[in-house]
Amino acid sequence: MKRTFTCVLCPNGCDIEAELENGQVLGVEGNLCPKGKEYVTQEVVDPRRTIATSVPIEGGEIPLVSVRVTQPIPKGRIFDVMKAINQVRLQAPVHIGQVILPNVLGLESDVIITKEVKSVQGQ
Amino acid sequence: MRTERQAVIVGGGPAGLAAAIQLYQQGVKDLLILEREHFLGGILRQCIHDGFGLTRFGETLSGPEYAHRFIQQVEDLGIEFITDCTVLDISHDRVVTAVSKAHGMIQVKAGAVILSMGCRERTRGALSIPGTRPSGVYNAGVAQSYINLQNIMVGKEVVILGSGDIGMIMARRLTLEGAHVQGVFEVQPYPSGLPRNIEQCLNDYNIPLHLSHTVVDIKGRERLEGVTVAQCDEQLKPIPGTEEYYPCDTLILSVGLIPENELSLAAGVELDPRTKGAYVDEYYQTNVEGVFAAGNVLHVHDLVDFVSLEAEALGNAAAEYLKVGTLPPCPLEVKAGQEVGHVIPQRVSGTRDFTLSLRVRHPLRDCAVVVRQNGKELLRKKMRKALPAEMIQMKLLGEKLSSTGDLEVCVE
Repeated sequence: MKRTFTCVLCPNGCDIEAELENGQVLGVEGNLCPKGKEYVTQEVVDPRRTIATSVPIEGGEIPLVSVRVTQPIPKGRIFDVMKAINQVRLQAPVHIGQVILPNVLGLESDVIITKEVKSVQGQ
Repeated sequence: MRTERQAVIVGGGPAGLAAAIQLYQQGVKDLLILEREHFLGGILRQCIHDGFGLTRFGETLSGPEYAHRFIQQVEDLGIEFITDCTVLDISHDRVVTAVSKAHGMIQVKAGAVILSMGCRERTRGALSIPGTRPSGVYNAGVAQSYINLQNIMVGKEVVILGSGDIGMIMARRLTLEGAHVQGVFEVQPYPSGLPRNIEQCLNDYNIPLHLSHTVVDIKGRERLEGVTVAQCDEQLKPIPGTEEYYPCDTLILSVGLIPENELSLAAGVELDPRTKGAYVDEYYQTNVEGVFAAGNVLHVHDLVDFVSLEAEALGNAAAEYLKVGTLPPCPLEVKAGQEVGHVIPQRVSGTRDFTLSLRVRHPLRDCAVVVRQNGKELLRKKMRKALPAEMIQMKLLGEKLSSTGDLEVCVE
């Protein structure tokens, strides 16, 4: 069976044509780099994505701080992870890379801060 | 405030930051960055999704993280910047006039002026969509700012007009925040954003993309109640009888970006009607001596990595200008030929290496970008696919160029 994928790993967005049989990738065509094959292989068994959102922060110079997952999470769990992140409330200051939810929902991905926020008093 | 500087950088987004750092590293240390917003970083501050930095840093970062790497460097190097500062005028002889609460009115005579003001969004007015004028109609970037910076949700039932990258990214963002996105409508027969965003922002969330469709009516008094969408013909004209009504409280417009060049015009900079940015030579110098431009103010990019690289090349060139007092003449024109929408730079010296940027007019498959001079083929780059959504860049080597004869870039 042939199936076409658009690789999302980089902005090239290669159109990859894959030959599949019983969930096995027999061959791929159209990818500019080896990551394309890895992407298709992952996509067939367990598609994963990264997500980014934001969390309210108290006492900071801005009301929201952006966060993201460090590793792709299963596509079917995206809204569960959103729910978990939406429970979080933070206090300024926060720093880039700070982990707010380690190993979120046991998915082997951390949720980290992606913006520096100083506290208002700290200014 | 000192009234003379080696270089003044207008805009502290990705282009301005990269240019400033590069200038500094080339020995031009008497710099001043003027930024309109309260923070440095420009539009990256609200682009919280990841995918930035693969080319520049070899890893995938969110917009704020990408910006922070440059901001940190500016701070570490001690490059002076003023935020909450609006530039009002740039004169032909490079006097920059600006105002800020902290400093009042500022006038600085600059050895070089770096234009890095970025771009802004096309609005409903530019499209002339008929109908009423209720609240609930937002530009994609405005909605992004509300949701990602100000913690204000914009609506619940959403229709998106235009398949630009920001529109698609907002389709995903709104969905994650609990809104229902009914679909993305694009007037052209092809998408205007990147294929990966169609996949990861629309397909992943079952948001349909309707090509050759546009919004022909907007309904609602106080708040938006719904939009009428129609199919379009090849001339992009709505086809009568194909109208469909979509009840919604939010319409997001992602219908193009326009380089923000009012200040450039004041300085006497000539604009290319194709890019809506300055005509520049291979040094990113405009027609006004000592005035340089890079990033989205020059031509709209799809990836910030290329903005940074372009601004760094500008930094090298502007540093050379400031040290030598002049740059070599660039008498050769680079012409956009068959299927090429525009090129940057538009003029070159014919003696040095330069980076050529271009976009194709239509989606093409199995084609080649060809650069010719005096009938001779200088470069041929084969492409499996070429999309208007993707800027194409290639390096031309000075040793292959002749110092006489214009260049022509075609896709065949």
